[in-house]
Amino acid sequence: MTNLTSLNYLQPELILTATILLMIVVDLFYSAKKSRRIGLWALAGLVLAFIYITVSGFNIPTALFLGSISSDPFGIFFKVLILLATIMTILVSFSERDLSNQRVGEYYILLVIVTLGLFFMVSATDLIMVYLSIEVVSIMSFVLAGYLRGNRRSSEASLKYVIYGAFSSGIMLFGLSILFGLTGSTNFFDIRTGLMELQNGADLALMLSTVLIFAGLGYKISAVPFHYWTPDVYEGAPTSITAFLSVAPKAAGMALIIRFFNSILGGEGVFTELEWGTFSAIPWTQLLAVLAAVTMTVGNLIALRQTSVKRMLAYSSIAHAGYMMMALPVLSQQGVYGIMIYAVFYLLMNLGAFYVVMIIANATGQEDYDQFRGLGHKAPLLAILMTLFMFSLTGIPPTAGFIGKFYLFAAVIKAGPSFYWLAIIGALNSVISLYYYMYVVKTMFFTQEKTSITQIEFKGISILVIVLAIPTLIFGIYWTPIADIVHKSLAIFIR
Amino acid sequence: MDQLQTYLIIGAVLFCLGLYGVITRRNAIAILMGVELILNSANVNFVAFARFGGMNMSGQIFALFVIIMAAAEAAVALAIIINIYHLYHSINVDEPSELKL
Repeated sequence: MTNLTSLNYLQPELILTATILLMIVVDLFYSAKKSRRIGLWALAGLVLAFIYITVSGFNIPTALFLGSISSDPFGIFFKVLILLATIMTILVSFSERDLSNQRVGEYYILLVIVTLGLFFMVSATDLIMVYLSIEVVSIMSFVLAGYLRGNRRSSEASLKYVIYGAFSSGIMLFGLSILFGLTGSTNFFDIRTGLMELQNGADLALMLSTVLIFAGLGYKISAVPFHYWTPDVYEGAPTSITAFLSVAPKAAGMALIIRFFNSILGGEGVFTELEWGTFSAIPWTQLLAVLAAVTMTVGNLIALRQTSVKRMLAYSSIAHAGYMMMALPVLSQQGVYGIMIYAVFYLLMNLGAFYVVMIIANATGQEDYDQFRGLGHKAPLLAILMTLFMFSLTGIPPTAGFIGKFYLFAAVIKAGPSFYWLAIIGALNSVISLYYYMYVVKTMFFTQEKTSITQIEFKGISILVIVLAIPTLIFGIYWTPIADIVHKSLAIFIR
Repeated sequence: MDQLQTYLIIGAVLFCLGLYGVITRRNAIAILMGVELILNSANVNFVAFARFGGMNMSGQIFALFVIIMAAAEAAVALAIIINIYHLYHSINVDEPSELKL
């Protein structure tokens, strides 16, 4: 489709762009004290985009802007997910204590720009677009992670983030340049054609380029061994940003990886006929499976010995990336289905858990386990909600996390005996994770009171936690609506 | 000197130098310089492939975008490093170490 007609399919992105420009101008007229009102503008723009997407619904997969991005139900599904995460983030940012004593206009502007970048990330079908969108998301996240300027921990987080981020995107870029040289095009589908015609001698170059590219993509979803930045950045950044980073860019990264593999290796069908056969010199599936197994094991094992709940959740998010990656090497429609369902439920439960931590941090200034001691007696409702999120993250029925994990494991087991070992490792990992999630519950209910919390105010963020808890419980029992939506979104653009 | 291989070798050497710089240096600015070398090695590759491979202009366009993005990234990274310098009076990346186990 040509550039002008493509704009018809780009309304949500255009709404976000207009919001960003408007916010930059309006921010000039607000004093530092009033600058949090920019958040309301951001909220308005995001809700408008959300309404627009949901009303216009799914469309037939189309290529836009001469094939550089695509518009399809698969992308729209992730866009809705990203919008929900951003709206939640803006709502909780209003009551984040760390942000209350500084100018926050840019904070909201940057958050909307990240959203725009993520939108392009989930719909990119061209290497240039892949690189640009990843960089937009990364650069804005560097600033957001270090937004608390005088705060040493926040600054350290942004330093580590920017060094790891710039380095891994550079590595990815070099891989992209080799892929471009091998196939002669930057378009996913031309690359597929180019790879088909490739001589056998190019195997080594192809392997090198794929490994380098995966360094960049793996960094985005914090897969081991590209995860080193995750705990530090998650611990140092403002909690609202940590929650956002653990959900939205991860989902978008997953979508990008799926689209990348599906477009370059896929056949005519949708998420079917994926063949590694042409490039069988390297055992790709086994390599990815090992990576997934290592990712969840490392995440879970290090999470065991944390003293800060926030940092524990950071490692657990690495483990959850591993669970999602488990369904990647399966290369089946069911695997993608599992990942998408898991992404929805993971958004609910992980945001919920981080927001509980944020309530505690707002009240006490710390995120240690000590502050959770005896929370069950001081603030029973909050402790019960946290317990629900912990159950869900472990994957205990009847919570949404169980259903998500069920679909993932089903996809892996259905792929045949060669993947049984992966499912077993996944199950063992769930058992390990039970220990540290339940340790939080034990700390809250069965230890001597030590928390310095006096009273939790029932406002803003507490309501949001309840809003997240209800679907976490309901989708554990009745998840058909989500399953239906995911099923309808299983249409991806293919040429 | 007008062969594809020459330029690819230059690109690979630049890449390795950048990699070496990032891994061995502890000074934040020096690490950034290493990253710039890596980005430029990819640029050399892109332009060389586009020029000698008989492809369309997308290689050159990609290189242009990379240059823009490298500038944006360097600006943000330097701002963050200045902030670190204010807090720690050093730009050694090992110095800030409050986030540990």
